[in-house]
Parts: sequence; C-alpha cells; structure tokens
Amino acid sequence: MSIFRVKAKARKGSTDVKMMAKHEMETGQRKGKDGNLIPAKFLDTVTVKHAGNTVFEANLGTAVSKNPYLAFSFAGGVKGEELEIMWTENTGANGSETGAIK
Amino acid sequence: MNRRTVVKAIAASGALMGMGALMPRVALAAWNKDAFSAKDQASAMNALFGGSAEASANVMLKAPAIAENGAVVPLSVSTDLADVESVAIFIENNPTPLAAQFMVPAGTDADFSTRVRMGKTTNVTAVVKAGGNTYSATSEVKVTIGGCGG
Repeated sequence: MSIFRVKAKARKGSTDVKMMAKHEMETGQRKGKDGNLIPAKFLDTVTVKHAGNTVFEANLGTAVSKNPYLAFSFAGGVKGEELEIMWTENTGANGSETGAIK
Repeated sequence: MNRRTVVKAIAASGALMGMGALMPRVALAAWNKDAFSAKDQASAMNALFGGSAEASANVMLKAPAIAENGAVVPLSVSTDLADVESVAIFIENNPTPLAAQFMVPAGTDADFSTRVRMGKTTNVTAVVKAGGNTYSATSEVKVTIGGCGG
C-alpha cells in the first residue's frame, strides 16, 4: 500500500517534487482515551531516488506534522520517468513505492 | 582455553560490534538518535553538528509570523551558500527541538519545504551545513493554538 502522494513536474531541466504521506506521525507524547501514552509511530527517514541516484534524503522527527509534506527540486528528470520513494518508520516498518514525473 | 582468554575474546568481539553499531552514525545520512531525542536545542545542535551555528543572511527561512494552528506550520528553508551538505530545522521550545534534517545530494537544490508541529510560541531556527561550517537563520513564530495533543 502506498502512503505517498507524489506530484513531480519536470521543467527546464529540473524537477520539482511535492509529496505528501498519509501518516499519523504519532509523537509518543499524546495520551489516548484510556489515559495511557500512545506509543510513538512516525516516519523517520524518507529517501527519493531518480535513475538510481539519491535526489532527496530526509531524517524526520516527531515535530513534523501529521501527513508530512515534503517539497524539493533536483536537476534532471524527464516527463514519464519514475521516482523511487523509500521510507522507514521508527517502529522498523518500511516501504518503497514509485511516483511518475509529469 | 581458560576462562580469562574467553572473557577477553568476548570483550574484544563486543568492542568490534560496538564500533560496527556506531559506524552508521558517522555517516551523515543516518538518523541521529541523540540529536532527535535531545530535549534542548543546544544539545540537539551539538549532537547533529558538533557545535552551534553562526547566524547568516545567506540562509533564508520562510516561516509565518503568526501560526493559527500549531499542528501545521509551513516552513521553507533555502540558501545561496555553496557546497551545502545538509539542512536542519530546530524548534526551540518543542519537547524535542530537532524537527527534521534534509541531506543535500549533488544536483538537488538546497531548498526544502515541510510542515511542522509547534507546541507554543517560540523561535524556529534553520541550520545549513555548507563547506564544513554551519550557518543559521532564526525567526519567531507565534502560535495561537498549540500543536501537541490538546
């Protein structure tokens, strides 16, 4: 299941990428209805690769908002090519998915 | 093999394993647990960059003056410095001030946007590591509704 929505647009030799993950980014500091702390569960690393090269790499903390939004741009990229997105969670869960450059 | 040599061997292999575990932390890209779990900004900065940063006009931090909702505060950081290695965002009065760290691979612009949570009105600091030095820009964001729990 993919959690990222990716909008990548190639223009003038570079690609602008805006992506948003559907993720709660639980900080581990909130209390649930039963009064106990809800354990932390957040995305801690997000890496984006284009044609085998890393173009984006972020380490995230719990201060990043729920449904994290990340925007960046890199040189290169042509319409129709694919971006590979890899993420890991602090819980050890991880995933990889793709997004197309438009 | 007597007991002493066994203990020594175990200690030696333990030390090697310990080094192995520390190695990824040396790499810039690893998730820095010490920095992300630090409770105050100075120690978070110290863990991440090994010191504090020098204020610089070359670091551009775009943050709202007033954030109505502390749960979603849009921030943009960019810089016109050369040889940028990484960009980090600190929120001074949050329980853990380090919010995010972005690596800057070759070919990627040192210009990132994201959205963060802020517990209360405080300073937001963007730190750019470029050419081995660290530079920062700070801006105060007033928060009317906090973003932590509530």
